[in-house]
Amino acid sequence: MVDAIIAVESLSYEQALAELEEITRRLEENPPALDETLALYERGQMLAQRCASLLDQAELKVRQLSGEDLQNREGE
Amino acid sequence: MPAQPSLFQTSLSVTDLTRYMRQVLENDPILQDVWVTGEISNLSRPSSGHVYFTLKDAGAALRCVIWRSTLLKLRGVDLQNGLAVETHGQVGLYERDGTYQLYVDAVRPVGEGRLYQEFIRLKARLEAEGLFEEERKRALPERPRRIGIVTSPTGAALQDMLNTLRRRYPLAEVVVAPAAVQGVEAPGEIVRGLVALNRLAGVDVILVARGGGSLEDLWAFNDEAVVRAIVASAVPVISGIGHETDFTLADFAADRRAPTPTGAAVLATPDAADLRVALRRQEERLVAAVAGQLAVCQNQFAGLNARLGRASPAWRVRNDRQRLDELQSRLVRAGMAHLQLRRAHQQSLAARLKALSPLAVLRRGYALVQTAKGGVVRQAAQLEVGQEIRVQLADGSAGVVVQSVHLNAPPAAPAPQARE
Repeated sequence: MVDAIIAVESLSYEQALAELEEITRRLEENPPALDETLALYERGQMLAQRCASLLDQAELKVRQLSGEDLQNREGE
Repeated sequence: MPAQPSLFQTSLSVTDLTRYMRQVLENDPILQDVWVTGEISNLSRPSSGHVYFTLKDAGAALRCVIWRSTLLKLRGVDLQNGLAVETHGQVGLYERDGTYQLYVDAVRPVGEGRLYQEFIRLKARLEAEGLFEEERKRALPERPRRIGIVTSPTGAALQDMLNTLRRRYPLAEVVVAPAAVQGVEAPGEIVRGLVALNRLAGVDVILVARGGGSLEDLWAFNDEAVVRAIVASAVPVISGIGHETDFTLADFAADRRAPTPTGAAVLATPDAADLRVALRRQEERLVAAVAGQLAVCQNQFAGLNARLGRASPAWRVRNDRQRLDELQSRLVRAGMAHLQLRRAHQQSLAARLKALSPLAVLRRGYALVQTAKGGVVRQAAQLEVGQEIRVQLADGSAGVVVQSVHLNAPPAAPAPQARE
């Protein structure tokens, strides 16, 4: 079920996309009453917007392992 | 050996002799498929585009030529005077000069032949262990969140990959495990990088890459330890080593092989452009689903509304009024029809009546006989001789005295009834 309490802004791309897909599938296959449908639709639009802005604004994060990171650690 | 040349041999022309020698060379199987080792000297690159040099060692020198067309296909070796090389080709004779030369079709650094043999041996052994089996290979994640790269931190390969990732899928995080990619320390550092990235949480895919080079340069990626580390990696590995046509054992061990480092970055990620298209399609589906549901509701509403309308008083009045009008028209139509029928009936009665009137009878020649008192005489038996009667005709009447009376023979039929 959709948990409308989780703010869309806090979702990752993966999470937002998964929820959007679930909402779409629900509305296609087993739509609830009209007012809940409209609420879900609004959330779906927000999720889509979140994904789009993540794509547009993302910057590739790059980091390099240090020599210490690379040491073989026993029993890790 | 004869002490003196035979005086009985025919003398050949220079051309014939040269041609003969050429045939001897061209028919020799070894000379037509030979690898020769030596040092390059007298390198010359005239404007024709062909390359001429002499391959020499301590004991001899061999003229070599590489045609321009062949040069385009050769890769890797940078020809220089003093360079020790192995060349492959066919021995031929240039008749004009009377010189023989090697027509070169392949060049490799000295020792590469041996290296290649070792490559074949290693490949066979590891393949027999099943390390390169297709079934072992794992699927790549669709949208990796964290991408590991094992490569030289200073090489162009890393920059190429980062640029590609930035363009295609900036959502990901990249973790670079720096390693030498050639030299004796390379295999150890590559293995260490793979292990460290496996240990790090959340790495979805690892790229193992380096730029192009000779077989010797790429040799670290044929190292057994590297191959085993790639196979042992829990995280899927994509290899992007050297140029398009280079294959190392690491390529065979990897879950996917790309022809170049950039190719490896492409294989690892979806393209943001495709993701945007998929997102738009998802939005369209959402809108369509809601629109579909709205349409169903609207239909239901329209149907209910119509039913409600039919139950309303206003509708009933309107409906009754219409019924009333209808009945009235029918009534009127029925009335008129009846009237017409009666009129027709009347007309026919009137006609019949006219035909039956006494006047008409009189006109036909019959007479009405009345007594003096006025009573109608129907039977001759009523009359007496000498009686005064009146006879009515169509246009008048006459007073008449009965002179005689005759009675007819009694008729078979009963007496005619008096008409009313």
